[in-house]
Amino acid sequence: MDMNTIEAVVPTTDPADWREGDAWLAGGTMLFSYGSAVLKRLLDLGSAGWPAIKVGPEGIELAATATIAELYALPDQPVVREYAVKEYGWPGLDLVRPCCDSFVASFKVWNMSTVGGNLCTSLPAGPMISLCAGLDGTATILGPGGSSRTVPVAEFVVGDGRNVLAPGELLRSIHLPASALASKAAFRRLSLSNLGRSGVLLIGRLGGPNAGEKALVLTITAATRRPVQLRFTAGDLPDASQLAAAIDDAVPEALYHDDIHGLPEWRRDMTYRLAEEIRAELLDPPNEGGAEAAVSGDFWPPQRPARKEA
Amino acid sequence: MAIEINGTPASAAPLPGQCLRTFLREQGNLGVKKGCDGGDCGACTVHVDGKPVHSCIYPAFRAEGKSVTTVEGLADGDVLHPVQQQFLDNQGFQCGFCTAGMVMTAASFDDEQRANLPRNLKGNLCRCTGYRAIGDAVCGNHSETNQPPAKQQPGQLGDDVPAPAGRAIVTGKARYTLDVPSEQLPGLLHMKLLRSPHAHAKILSIDTTEALKVPGVVAVFTHKDAPRQLFSTAQHELYTDDPDDTRILDDVVRFIGQRVAAVVAESVAAAEAGTRAIAVEYEVLEAVFTPQEAMLPGAPALHGDKDAETARISRPDRNVVAELHSELGDVEAGFARADFIHEHTYRTQRVQHVALETHASIAWIDDDERLQVRTSSQVPFLVRRTLCRLFDLPEDRVRVVAGRVGGGFGSKQEVLTEDIAALAALKLRRPVQLEFTRTEQFTSTTTRHPFTIKLKAGATRDGFLTALQLDVITNTGAYGNHAPGVMFHGCGESLAVYKCDNKKVDAHSVYTNTVPAGAFRGYGLSQMIFAIESGMDELAVGIGMDPMEFRLRNMVREGDEMLSTSPVPEEDVFYGSYGLDQCVKLVADALDRGRERYREAGLDDAGPDWVVGQGTALSMIDTVPPRGHFAHSRMEVLPDGTFAVDVGTAEFGNGTTTVHAQLAATALSTSASKVLVRQSDTDLVEHDTGAFGSSGTVVAGKATLAAAEELAIRIRSFAAGILQTNVASCVLEDGAVESRGTRKTLTELFEAAQEAGIELAAEGRWGGTPRSVAFNVHGFRVAVNTGTGELRILQSVQAADAGVVVNPRQCRGQIEGGIAQAIGAALYEEVHVDDAGRVTTDILRQYHIPTFADVPRSEVYFAETSDDMGPLGAKSMSESPFNPVAPALANAIRNATGIRFGELPISRDKIYLAIRNTQAKDHSLAGSGSGTRG
Repeated sequence: MDMNTIEAVVPTTDPADWREGDAWLAGGTMLFSYGSAVLKRLLDLGSAGWPAIKVGPEGIELAATATIAELYALPDQPVVREYAVKEYGWPGLDLVRPCCDSFVASFKVWNMSTVGGNLCTSLPAGPMISLCAGLDGTATILGPGGSSRTVPVAEFVVGDGRNVLAPGELLRSIHLPASALASKAAFRRLSLSNLGRSGVLLIGRLGGPNAGEKALVLTITAATRRPVQLRFTAGDLPDASQLAAAIDDAVPEALYHDDIHGLPEWRRDMTYRLAEEIRAELLDPPNEGGAEAAVSGDFWPPQRPARKEA
Repeated sequence: MAIEINGTPASAAPLPGQCLRTFLREQGNLGVKKGCDGGDCGACTVHVDGKPVHSCIYPAFRAEGKSVTTVEGLADGDVLHPVQQQFLDNQGFQCGFCTAGMVMTAASFDDEQRANLPRNLKGNLCRCTGYRAIGDAVCGNHSETNQPPAKQQPGQLGDDVPAPAGRAIVTGKARYTLDVPSEQLPGLLHMKLLRSPHAHAKILSIDTTEALKVPGVVAVFTHKDAPRQLFSTAQHELYTDDPDDTRILDDVVRFIGQRVAAVVAESVAAAEAGTRAIAVEYEVLEAVFTPQEAMLPGAPALHGDKDAETARISRPDRNVVAELHSELGDVEAGFARADFIHEHTYRTQRVQHVALETHASIAWIDDDERLQVRTSSQVPFLVRRTLCRLFDLPEDRVRVVAGRVGGGFGSKQEVLTEDIAALAALKLRRPVQLEFTRTEQFTSTTTRHPFTIKLKAGATRDGFLTALQLDVITNTGAYGNHAPGVMFHGCGESLAVYKCDNKKVDAHSVYTNTVPAGAFRGYGLSQMIFAIESGMDELAVGIGMDPMEFRLRNMVREGDEMLSTSPVPEEDVFYGSYGLDQCVKLVADALDRGRERYREAGLDDAGPDWVVGQGTALSMIDTVPPRGHFAHSRMEVLPDGTFAVDVGTAEFGNGTTTVHAQLAATALSTSASKVLVRQSDTDLVEHDTGAFGSSGTVVAGKATLAAAEELAIRIRSFAAGILQTNVASCVLEDGAVESRGTRKTLTELFEAAQEAGIELAAEGRWGGTPRSVAFNVHGFRVAVNTGTGELRILQSVQAADAGVVVNPRQCRGQIEGGIAQAIGAALYEEVHVDDAGRVTTDILRQYHIPTFADVPRSEVYFAETSDDMGPLGAKSMSESPFNPVAPALANAIRNATGIRFGELPISRDKIYLAIRNTQAKDHSLAGSGSGTRG
């Protein structure tokens, strides 16, 4: 919708330019969707010129301005197919497309909306929060005077629509470490409608900083007001009841999100259910004597267009 | 760095905060639609440098230096883009408001995207079609592109005549309410409304000083400027059907979102700024939010200041707008005879129509000093009456016109914008436009009436109803628009369809400090049928009988008296035809076939955690609303030998325009393409009550048929004189009259008539009585995941008794659309009002209407009947397909899980929790009896 109180668009990436009544404009799909009666200026990142996605041995660097369309295309990019996947083997990339598909927004909106915008909107169901937190991403935040700081994405969002950004601070990028990308991933999601808004979204990873490690990381999003991570070291991997007990400890009742997209009680029970499905998939694979893991919900197991050729 | 639009650089630059959609429309690209203005509905889809985007959330300045393609730029001259042609060939639209966005989206698809429409069309919402026709259009056969349709269209009764507006719709040229080129309305002003933040308050003062200082603000109107005349936003043939409880601007506000003041300015931005600058002093009053509490003694009386008799409110001191108390037979005796009694309280929620075009109107004073209003309305003639009543104007001083209307579903049987726009135009003598936002649609227009229905029903072991008792409370919100009608109608056909000697109803329609409820597809029936059809299912389960068998024993058969709350049947309702028995059989057979298909495909076991069930429900509806529904049609021969018919009824996707053309063509031995329909303009005909209560075909169509039949006689008579023969020998053929080997073309006859000073024209009228009954039966097979609450619809079947089907493709479309909308109301949709009376679901992301991914392809069957009362045997079929869907779904879920869901919507979280809680009680689902039938 029109933002009729906007008086100027200022192309800048300098937080020093920010003043009360300004908003950073990335893709604009949230700002123009909700509108505003108070904002006076848009600080336009459109000409920032930040490379959208950089892939290297240390991992993947997502500019805050990378569009969802660019991210969705990543697994098909030659750099990933020829370099990252072969050299380093990054099964964590399997999470990219399920997370993109978890947007309630259409693929058309992905042509404009950005990874950073989704993080900064900080909704419980923000699927880029799920992806980046699930892959132990680190956010780089720019402040005035050339300062910058980093925050784990899992700690970037602190509540429904709330994050750690101080007024004027700017999310610059998200680093997804190679160690996380190298781990085996599992994904589960439920929505109250087909392909609808996520009510529960869990991501599991099995791996560690060194090859062959078997640490388990479970990231709970959408069900909770902010991301919750459970970490189990290789020597302390949980069975079903230990996992449930760990969720008991990590997620107090009040942390389950309550809105039109799912009753908190349902979100809670589904968190336990999906967590156990992920645990079984990662820790009790069929070829090691486990039964085929149950898969509730959509988008998993992943389609792997890139792998066929790799 | 100009923005290039369809190959031409735009002459203007966008404003800093402008979205691309508004800019494109300002530049004359009126095919780009505003549906939600928030990126959810996709009606505004355009291509920027070849990529599809939602232009309402695209910052316009970002398009500088880029090339934008809108629907107007998609075709290559007169040659339609293949996707446009496919939408035309498959009629992938009804109201057409979503079509430009659909076409632009589909035009960007590759084969892989076409293969996954649930995913790739989820950003394009359609409220009319139920998506089947859209899917067919998107996947249309490319080889047929730009070829004329293979089948010759005789264009008469029973043919799939295409909608006359089809080409205009797929090219974005169809003109909806606000699609008026700016040069046609110089000096257009824009209105924005300041709305109440309080659920109940007295306005002590309104200070407009600062607002009037805002540059561009022209005027601010408050209750001091509004006439004292009370009215109802509801529109009926008789305004006395609804209470007079509303003022254009009142000094008391009764719900959050009610109008407080109207700011008129040179731009929308200035008007918005004006509303923010108004200072209002309120005295907050006690508020009440549930009808149960509102009826208690001591509750704040919302309209306690009004006189019961003059305002037509049953008991203003107790917030009761209307009430109904009746008993046929003796229910106590009936229950005493019952072997099984079912008692349950059913609840239906607030549902929003979500017509894709929001309410909007433009009012101005023309050169003849007449008030002109262009509005998104189902009832232009009634709007004129209401404006005349409010502003004390004679009818000939007011003209109301509806362009093509972007969806209605009952929401536009109200005056919600026209009154205030007219007030401003009359005072300012300049054109004034008011367009609601999507959020205003949710917070400040109308919803379906929430019903609380306490049902008690008894049956004998051999399957006969002994008693039906209903205690009904409807929540009409802050105003009583449609409150009596919805309550009475709800308790009508829903009960009358069952034979039962003992029926008792106590019903109340009650004011609360919440957004008003109004007319909604089904008009009370969908709520009552949900309860009664759920109850019938429970009775059948209770006595161990197949639910369909139970219905067959108790439903009315042709000739049975149809009784609901009065001991005598409605005096003007008859079985003009009867197809309920056929519908029941069609659905039962289809469900049997479906079950067999699954079994043969090895899909009858959905896997662990999944349980399967099937359910059905039936419904009946009177083909015309009671107490008079009038239509007038005027038909003439045109100089080129074709015909024109003037009708009052509006076109909002209901397809009546096509039906009028077909009925006329049938009577005039021509094809629909030779009948030009001019419509929904109060200057065209004397009167038309409007397109509601499913009346488009059976009332207005009947008037058109009468006019056409009369015209046919006149043409033959005139030709007989010219040919100097007798009328009986003159046969009207397509474009000519033939008599004993001599032909006179209609062009020749027209010229001859002109010379003779004779007008080859005729009129037709119909008063909407007597009335018939139409039937719908729905069946579902579903699978439910007991571990997550996920629901899959395995099969959806509807059989309809629509009499002679004038246009099968359109009628099927009405049914498919009704099913989809009802699936939304059954499973997803709820306008949620919080404890303070505030609507919290005020954007489409908080109010999920079905997307392509949510709607199954339904099997649609028609009973073979021919109605004695409808035009050429036709009956109504627009709102009724909605009515049996929710209970059929609830009954299927009951059959699968053993759990009765008596409250809508039946969302997945609630399904899961109910199963979990039942399992906790029973330890096992197996204990619940009816189990799976997969």
